[in-house]
Amino acid sequence: MALKVLVGCKRVIDYAVKIRIKPDKLGVVTEGVKHSMNPFDEIAVEEAMRMKERKLVNEIIVVSCGPAQAMETIRTALAMGADRGIHVEIPLDQMDTFQPLHVSKVLAKLAEKEKVDIVMLGKLAIDDDSNQTAQMTASLLDWPQGVFASKIDKTDAGLEIIREVDGGLETIRTTLPAVLSADLRLNEPRYATLPNIMKAKKKKVDKMTPADLGVDMAPRIQIVSVEDPPVREAGQTVADVDDLVAKLKEKGFSSA
Amino acid sequence: AVMRGVPQLLSRARLVRAGFSASEPVLAVQAGILQPDKFTQTFVQIRGLKSSKVIYQAPLTAVDIADSGKQLKQELEAIVGPGNVSSGESVVLQHGQDEGPHPGKSPDIVVFPSSTGEVSEVCKICTRHNVPIIPYGTGTGLEGGISAVEGGVCVNVSKNMNKILQIHQEDFSAVVQPGISREMLNQEMRADGLWFPVDPGADASVCGMCATGASGTNAVRYGTMKENCLNLEVVLADGRIIHTAGIGSRPKKSSAGYNLTSLFLGSEGTLGIITSATICLHAIPESVAAAVVGFPTVQNAVDTVVMTLQCSVPMARMELLDEVQMKACNEYSGLSYPETPHLFLEFHGSESEVESQTETVRDIAADNEGGEFQWAVQQEDRTKLWTARHRAYYADIALRPGCRSLTTDVCVPVSALPDLVTATKADIAENGLIGPMVGHVGDGNFHTMLLFDPADPEEFRKCKEVANKMARSAIALGGTCTGEHGVGQGKMALLEEQFGKDGIDVMRQIKGALDPQQLMNPGKVFSRN
Repeated sequence: MALKVLVGCKRVIDYAVKIRIKPDKLGVVTEGVKHSMNPFDEIAVEEAMRMKERKLVNEIIVVSCGPAQAMETIRTALAMGADRGIHVEIPLDQMDTFQPLHVSKVLAKLAEKEKVDIVMLGKLAIDDDSNQTAQMTASLLDWPQGVFASKIDKTDAGLEIIREVDGGLETIRTTLPAVLSADLRLNEPRYATLPNIMKAKKKKVDKMTPADLGVDMAPRIQIVSVEDPPVREAGQTVADVDDLVAKLKEKGFSSA
Repeated sequence: AVMRGVPQLLSRARLVRAGFSASEPVLAVQAGILQPDKFTQTFVQIRGLKSSKVIYQAPLTAVDIADSGKQLKQELEAIVGPGNVSSGESVVLQHGQDEGPHPGKSPDIVVFPSSTGEVSEVCKICTRHNVPIIPYGTGTGLEGGISAVEGGVCVNVSKNMNKILQIHQEDFSAVVQPGISREMLNQEMRADGLWFPVDPGADASVCGMCATGASGTNAVRYGTMKENCLNLEVVLADGRIIHTAGIGSRPKKSSAGYNLTSLFLGSEGTLGIITSATICLHAIPESVAAAVVGFPTVQNAVDTVVMTLQCSVPMARMELLDEVQMKACNEYSGLSYPETPHLFLEFHGSESEVESQTETVRDIAADNEGGEFQWAVQQEDRTKLWTARHRAYYADIALRPGCRSLTTDVCVPVSALPDLVTATKADIAENGLIGPMVGHVGDGNFHTMLLFDPADPEEFRKCKEVANKMARSAIALGGTCTGEHGVGQGKMALLEEQFGKDGIDVMRQIKGALDPQQLMNPGKVFSRN
């Protein structure tokens, strides 16, 4: 009994880009800046693909919420092997107030609509570091969650998941359907090859809006300000050990 | 051209001591001295009526030295900005030492230009001051190529010139500045189905790879830097900027003019500074499978390689690791293979192509007493394997903590490989050395990491002897004294042996034409005369 997986992908600023704060201090510069798929979402897509190759999964639907450019991210996931896509269109000017709670509501609605068995997400997005969407989606659906997964296996009753937690590794078992989120060591994603990129152009991508899914877009969080970390001050060279000790005492790091 | 500087008439006695006839007219010119307490060089140019000869002479008296050095620094700062000129101790130290065993010499000044125009102006200044110019990329070379043997100005072109200028997906080419390393380029293109396959162990600057004619584990199928470079933008010692295949040219082939691209590829910074490279990209293969197979002897492994090539199997990677190397990799990278010679193989192609390739190679390996093929197909398993291979150098030094390695790099026609490898192993054993062997046997290219205690000159001498013997055998077998690392300082004598005097003289003539003041990376590749 093969499973159906809904994988969420987010288009984020590429991890290698040097981030610059906007002059209005309410966000970062995104125009003209290289974007790519959130690295944890790549891992999520890859895991879904490996489950498909192991014949545990027979359909992978990839969904991305965003403006027109989100299509690039969907096409990348399709090139990695996903079967079809869903683009939930959010106009560019609404992206600033589009928050994890909205994404969770969209995913929950889609999960029910498409009757999927697993919702697979990245554990967090590298632009906002929220780490909320998987958990809130599970709560909205009242499904079990296996987040920070570093290994996923199918059992007769459902899934066995090894999670990376602060103290080490935790093994849990859940029933299906379930919401999972991918951690770094789950796998190393494959690269999209040119033939697959070409095939991906022909795969089906449905378009819809949050309103079509009955999701209200009112923001619950207001960004007050975004600032650079403090500039690193120049260090002080010390002449010798005595000088160092004197300076440490002076700054209060060492008692007399 | 008259050399500028502080002219001084040398006494006849001094000239005779330096080996000149007392009757030759002399004009001695003092070169730009950079630091009052440290002489870099002094040129003595003899303009006789019939000939002019440039020789070296021990430093003369320090006349106007302090001013000359300050002047140079000021002029450089005016071009690149005061924050981009440094003669700080740690900065110059870092810029004179690469990853090889030869202790490097620090330059006097390091500059960090931000554009080709700035590089050109820097060269003009250095030419005017008669000061050596040493191009610097990532400092990951192995043959002392960046060592400032005569002091001078190190031009670090990677720090501020770090853009990918163009990627042409449909044409499979890209134009990059010196600050772009091969891994940076591949990360940028990872979602586009393209990659740049030349992979020396280090994450080297692509332009630096052009300067050394670099190669890597994928060369057997995808070629070396020489086959993957379409055009170079080069700044010459006098500041002229040229494009070796034409301005903005990037066709796959051309019959226009002399092949200057070939001339500069592998010139190790002795002819000019590479400020951008147009390189070939390839499609990421549809299907990739890696395998590890053990053999009872190195001979068995190498025979397998030779036969595989003769069957025209388009192998992507064929790497030999001998039993010593396997032990080192096991310990360093947490692998657990038997300590016997192994081949690390990789197959690229469509799924059906990979399947048929592996079948052929499995049969050949079995015929040569090869063991079971152990497969790595998932991305992380293949990454683990090739990372272990790329870390071979560090794994070897870890075999004997505190030691350094003299890494050899010979390349012979593939048919000569089995004999050379076996003879070398015997030589290493005879000399009581530890010399793990690893190599791109698919190209006939392999490396021995001869370990030595830096405090034991006798051991280093033995290593040098074994290395030289290997290189000379390689030359005698129709090969080359360096497959991919370059000549740098360490193999200059071997180059003479490989090319003969006339061959080297032609190189000298070319260098003399492009760099008459002998400022570009002096002391490398071949001697002045």
